[in-house]
Amino acid sequence: MNKRKLEEAFFKGLMLLSTSIVVGSLLAVFAVVILNGAPALSLSMLTQTPKGGYYLGKEGGILNAIIGSVYLAIGATALAFLLSLPIALYLNEYARKSRFASLTRLSLDVLWGIPSIVYGAFAFIIMLYLGARASLLWGIITVSLFVFPIMTRAIDEVMKMSPFKLREASYALGSTRLETALKVVTRQALPGMLTAVLLAFGRGIGDAASVLLTAGYTDSVPHSLFDPVATLPLAVFFQLGTPIPEVQQRAYASGVILLVLVLLLSIASRLSTRKFMKYVIK
Amino acid sequence: MFKPHISIQGLNVFYGERHVLKDITVDIPERRITAIIGPSGCGKTTLLKSLNRLTDLIDGVKVSGKVLVDGVNIFDNGIDVTEIRKKMGLIAQMPNPLPMSIYDNTAYGPRIHGMIDEKELDQLVENCLRGAGLWDEVKERLKEPASKLSLGQQQRLCLARALAVKPEYLLCDEPTSALDPISAQYIETQLLTIKKSYTIVFVTHVLRQARRLADYVIFLYLGELIEHGPAETVFTQPSNPRTRAYIEGVFG
Amino acid sequence: MDRRLEDIFASKLMLLATIFSSLILFIMAFALFQRSNPILRTRSLSELFLTSSWRPMMGEFGFHPFIIGTLSVTCLSMILAIPICLLSTIYLAEYAPSKVRGTIKPLIDLLAGIPSVIYGLWGVLLVIPLIRYYIAPFVGATTTGYSVLAGGIVLAIMVFPIIISVSEEVFTTVPFEVREASFALGATKWQTVKHVVMRQALPGFIAATILGFSRAFGETMAVLMVIGNVAKAPSSLFDPAYSLPALIANNYGEMMSIPLYDSALLFAALILLLLMAFFSILARIVLLRIERRSV
Repeated sequence: MNKRKLEEAFFKGLMLLSTSIVVGSLLAVFAVVILNGAPALSLSMLTQTPKGGYYLGKEGGILNAIIGSVYLAIGATALAFLLSLPIALYLNEYARKSRFASLTRLSLDVLWGIPSIVYGAFAFIIMLYLGARASLLWGIITVSLFVFPIMTRAIDEVMKMSPFKLREASYALGSTRLETALKVVTRQALPGMLTAVLLAFGRGIGDAASVLLTAGYTDSVPHSLFDPVATLPLAVFFQLGTPIPEVQQRAYASGVILLVLVLLLSIASRLSTRKFMKYVIK
Repeated sequence: MFKPHISIQGLNVFYGERHVLKDITVDIPERRITAIIGPSGCGKTTLLKSLNRLTDLIDGVKVSGKVLVDGVNIFDNGIDVTEIRKKMGLIAQMPNPLPMSIYDNTAYGPRIHGMIDEKELDQLVENCLRGAGLWDEVKERLKEPASKLSLGQQQRLCLARALAVKPEYLLCDEPTSALDPISAQYIETQLLTIKKSYTIVFVTHVLRQARRLADYVIFLYLGELIEHGPAETVFTQPSNPRTRAYIEGVFG
Repeated sequence: MDRRLEDIFASKLMLLATIFSSLILFIMAFALFQRSNPILRTRSLSELFLTSSWRPMMGEFGFHPFIIGTLSVTCLSMILAIPICLLSTIYLAEYAPSKVRGTIKPLIDLLAGIPSVIYGLWGVLLVIPLIRYYIAPFVGATTTGYSVLAGGIVLAIMVFPIIISVSEEVFTTVPFEVREASFALGATKWQTVKHVVMRQALPGFIAATILGFSRAFGETMAVLMVIGNVAKAPSSLFDPAYSLPALIANNYGEMMSIPLYDSALLFAALILLLLMAFFSILARIVLLRIERRSV
């Protein structure tokens, strides 16, 4: 009998240790990045683009990357949404439990698992074929390709939870499938969709591999879709790779900016879910 | 005539804010079949499950009062819950075989309490399966998964499994309500057969079943103990008008 | 009548979008295959996978070091992550009070959202000095810190969220009645978990592990930043290595200037795509089997 208790206590101890390791590593990541990056953070980092000699340690900031990432993430999220919403609606209103729906969901799952570098490589091939150059437009296209499976899956999950009696009520009143889809299901799924959008935005803004081959890099803020664009993840990556300590410090600061952005997005999505939940019928 | 084995004193159970059992005081006689009757949702299952402290598993549960089993309050701080549960066998309403073979299901209890001798286990498994009236049907396929059995067989397996830990008490929560009439009858017969060795407490909402099996009756309504006594008395001359109304089928 | 037309038109559009989502996978595979063709025609598969010499300028494209590099760092991360995730999942699903669970689960989700460059940055700031100045001297090895070990540690943390969240869901699908039956027989909580719950939840945990493995295998930036990028198969945990995704990311700039280089790198991308698809489908099949069994 004692043996049982001992075994349980032993494993419970291991469990607590493991959970602490998981939570601890999260805290470690935040702590190390922020502690190293905060000292190098300054107003000019946030408000200026790199001036001449920036990469040798002189003045400037990463405004180019901040604005670039925001443009790119907004564009990619919007484009992905244009694709995700119809697919999620189709799966839930039209195809429902058919084989086609299962196949599509399986494809989406597979797409979800494909690393962003592969999307980058694919986009690169298309760009070569078309003779296009690295630009904001191609960055947007690549990231939206990478992000739309995640978004579709998330919206699909939310729509699946919508109780059937809601749709039933709409159909009973004589609505078409489209009207039910747009007016009833979408409204019901709104908080979930917002979360999905924020989730995708967070993924899009933080991904480096997909933009590495397709968006280019530049010191200025892009003026058109065909200009190359700088992104925060690449700003971190490139600045980290220099031998000059001042620039490396700026890499840490860029990391902090990116991390804080992602953190804010995460909090925002959680808050928005809670706020909109009151409109949702269970 | 009825020697108390379990003594429930002032038992109150709350699920969060809900007062599910209100101040229950009653004794359960030894080596007899006691039926807990009453309409659905009146706390019968809660009362049953508080006897082996399965109520501990419910989120937000609060219990006050005493349940004395052989003189010891099972809700005392120093008590080892697993020892209490070893004494109390439980058969649930819906047969719940564990995800393993028929043999392993039956042997599960003894094994977790430390029995490892294979020969001993073999003998024990056979005895219990016989005791549950299942041996002849499964002796050739003990290693098959328990899920392959019919519902009635599964319930008998659950009985065998409960018997394997050599309990003193058997708690049955509507043991036949999910079964077809033939399996139900089988279980009832087994209970009557083993009654001389165990104190049996069962919950039912079928009055006829209570009449068939019970030596002692406890009538619960909306969490309160309305009446209790020897079966004959309660069924033929109930002292409380609500008991009479329930027995006569005025409400159910 | 108008509404009907609207409905039909919209549904056709949606159908198109849905078909696209399935088709894009094949389009990507096809495009990558097309561009890999030149190298596939001039080299046999065994030459590509088994030779270790990577000198593109001489036309030598031995992928072996990269395959070994990716495999070692991924397997190491799994060895580190699996016990930690299993124990954490059991704790969260079976033991943790709901307040603790409610606090920890969002934190794990947060871990999932951190971009991989940040993990790489963290690796450079903390893990690499840790290995160089503390861990390696402790076992008597010397290293720059850029190593398989660094990659393994960083990757392990990156896959914690996916393994834990998928497994935790599986654990909660084990029905309460079965646990109750075990408790009623006098089992302790740990015995119930060990003998009953784990039996049912194990396939789900395996599926979660497969998903974690594939995520770690395909991870690019974080690994690239800490693994050293030396095109030689590592012989110890402290040796640097080079992963397949890192190969593509590091060299895409020179792709077009050396003959067959682009074809080789895009072939690497094709391998990644096919492997990831395989793992995803495998995990999905296992999870489906579980769903069907629990009904």
